[in-house]
Amino acid sequence: MRAEKNSQNKKIDKRFDDKIIQLSHGDGGIKTGELISNLLLGYFGNEILNKLEDSAVINFSGKKIAYTTDSFVVDPIFFPGGDIGKLSICGTINDLVTTGCIPIALSLSFILEEGFPVSDFKKILSSIKNTVNDNDLRIVTGDTKVVGKGSADKIFINTSGIGIINNSIDLFPRRIEAGDKILINGGIAEHGIAILSSRKEFNFKSSIKSDCAPLSSLVRDILLVSKKIHALRDVTRGGLASILFEMSGASGYSIKIYENEIPIKKEVWGICQFLGLDPLYIANEGKMIVFSDKNDADRVLDAMKKNKYGKDSRIIGEVTEKYEKSMIGKKNDKGNIFLITRLGTIRTLDLQYCEQLPRIC
Amino acid sequence: MNSSIKELTLSLTSNKPVHRINIMEVCGTHTMTISRYGLRQLIPETINLISGPGCPVCVTPAVDIDWILEITKQYEISLFTFGDMLRVPGTESSLYLNRAEGRDINICYSPADALDFARKNPDRKVIFLAIGFETTIPLTSIIVKRAYLEKISNFYIFNTHKLIPEALELLANDKEIKINAFLCPGHVSAIIGSEPYGFLASKYGIPCVISGFEPEDILQSIVMILKQIKKETSEIEIQYKRVVKKKGNPAAVKFIYEIFDKSDSIWRGLGNISGSGLKLKEKFLRFDARTQFPVKKIKSAEPAGCECGNVLKGIKKPFECRLFSKTCRPESPVGPCMVSSEGSCAAYYKYERKYKNIKV
Repeated sequence: MRAEKNSQNKKIDKRFDDKIIQLSHGDGGIKTGELISNLLLGYFGNEILNKLEDSAVINFSGKKIAYTTDSFVVDPIFFPGGDIGKLSICGTINDLVTTGCIPIALSLSFILEEGFPVSDFKKILSSIKNTVNDNDLRIVTGDTKVVGKGSADKIFINTSGIGIINNSIDLFPRRIEAGDKILINGGIAEHGIAILSSRKEFNFKSSIKSDCAPLSSLVRDILLVSKKIHALRDVTRGGLASILFEMSGASGYSIKIYENEIPIKKEVWGICQFLGLDPLYIANEGKMIVFSDKNDADRVLDAMKKNKYGKDSRIIGEVTEKYEKSMIGKKNDKGNIFLITRLGTIRTLDLQYCEQLPRIC
Repeated sequence: MNSSIKELTLSLTSNKPVHRINIMEVCGTHTMTISRYGLRQLIPETINLISGPGCPVCVTPAVDIDWILEITKQYEISLFTFGDMLRVPGTESSLYLNRAEGRDINICYSPADALDFARKNPDRKVIFLAIGFETTIPLTSIIVKRAYLEKISNFYIFNTHKLIPEALELLANDKEIKINAFLCPGHVSAIIGSEPYGFLASKYGIPCVISGFEPEDILQSIVMILKQIKKETSEIEIQYKRVVKKKGNPAAVKFIYEIFDKSDSIWRGLGNISGSGLKLKEKFLRFDARTQFPVKKIKSAEPAGCECGNVLKGIKKPFECRLFSKTCRPESPVGPCMVSSEGSCAAYYKYERKYKNIKV
């Protein structure tokens, strides 16, 4: 038994040989993938966790339950368009609804730093309350810890949530098919740029607000108009490119997207150009990509546009064909996306490999 | 495809050179635009675009990286630098790993942030790792002057600045790589103007066009080069007229030489180039981190098998390096050209690695 354990540990050591934790282990890119797949799954892997979905789906007494958790460490804690409280609720709601579930209950835990002003804490609590109420949800359990000054930065939040999935709904990357259209519910990179421009080390002002929003109503609306939605994914850390890459990897299909069709505000584009950032890799907090059967795509698009969080929705690309291993080569390249540039040329999109902005959510 | 791109590609085809020609894009930002927009897919196959030494992170020699790493190890200092420098591997470590181990290493977007930090934290010794060509040198010059006037005694620069025209002369003389034309950098030229490149046309007969950074700019600049080649002339033309003037920005240039004198400088891949670097004038020497924070002798080695040197000279394409995409990948770079957001290996890896296999 012990020998078996040792050999398992050795295997994990071999697969994950970084000596210290670096910021890029938490940016949603290649290093994060290595940490999760090679280290965490090495310890805890099982048939549900291995899927690495936004939410786990558990079959329980004939019901399908969605279950997810997320931690929030955003800096600054108040930013244009939201705060760490609203973010922590929306983030968990959005992870849950990618399964098509109705969210039913949330947990809420705080790690607070000694000296954190209660007035700021109250502002965050009230923002959480409003977001929870707006979505007909309840906080049903929670926890609070306080650490000494300097042992944490102001406030960290963890939330988790559960929801019930109607048995007729089955949204998974493995359901993605050749020809599926890919839709997004509006402009990309707004959360990342809003956070960036509210940090004091950046001496520029912008009017960009975080897109932080709960997307349960949007998901409900599209599931009402189409039975042929195959998969959803919350587009957060790592940005649109990283999330598409994950979906390509999880489904085994190549994805083609059109640069001209990707919605992005002019000001966001300008700031990205100026700072040398690629908006395709910048975080969002109120964006969902939808993989829909091509025949239903226009109907789904209409439903999205009618929702208040989907006015700028667009079809941005399509699923092409199963990719062959030989096309993608290296061990980390689980996924194959290419972008048709505005000039009509082709370029590849990869996972991001170093954090553009730490502590973004 | 929009109409201006269509026109430009038609113009490229009608001026297509009969024999293969090498056009070197000097600036890393040009390399990025070319890869990111897939411009190689739009130009005739007889035009070979090769990347030059215009990525400041890439041409910083390993010894400089090791030197600053040693300073962060030996001294209690706060280091400020631009983001790309963090992940450049030194012989044994990188600033990124040193930071994860607890050294105070900060990314800044402007050198003024470093000076500001020094002003607000008088007990802390602050070093700005000054890197870049003529574009960023005036900014470093300004903060050194300011620190001098304000008598700020806890601020230093670790200077790795380099000058572009001197490096181009070395490349023009190189027997191994035959450069038929230069696509000259836009931002550097906004400072120095077009005249410092004059010798390339008059002495070496090499056509030069100073180009902007949009894909349309680059295609138009290539058309301008082709026309010069067709007419068998060599001139220094400015395509990026909306920013670059013939005389550049004489005030900025004058300011640089108020603070610095020309000196020799070692470039990764190109070696020591006479007059291609800068050293602080004697009056400002107390800001020089190299002399103020002495370190023991540094043993540096360029990474084994890494072709960055040849890539920077345009002798090899990134694909031709045997480490490319195997052991040298953006998340585990061996050489600096794979790290920098302006590095040619990073550009080829990120944007041009797979498209040949894709059916559109």
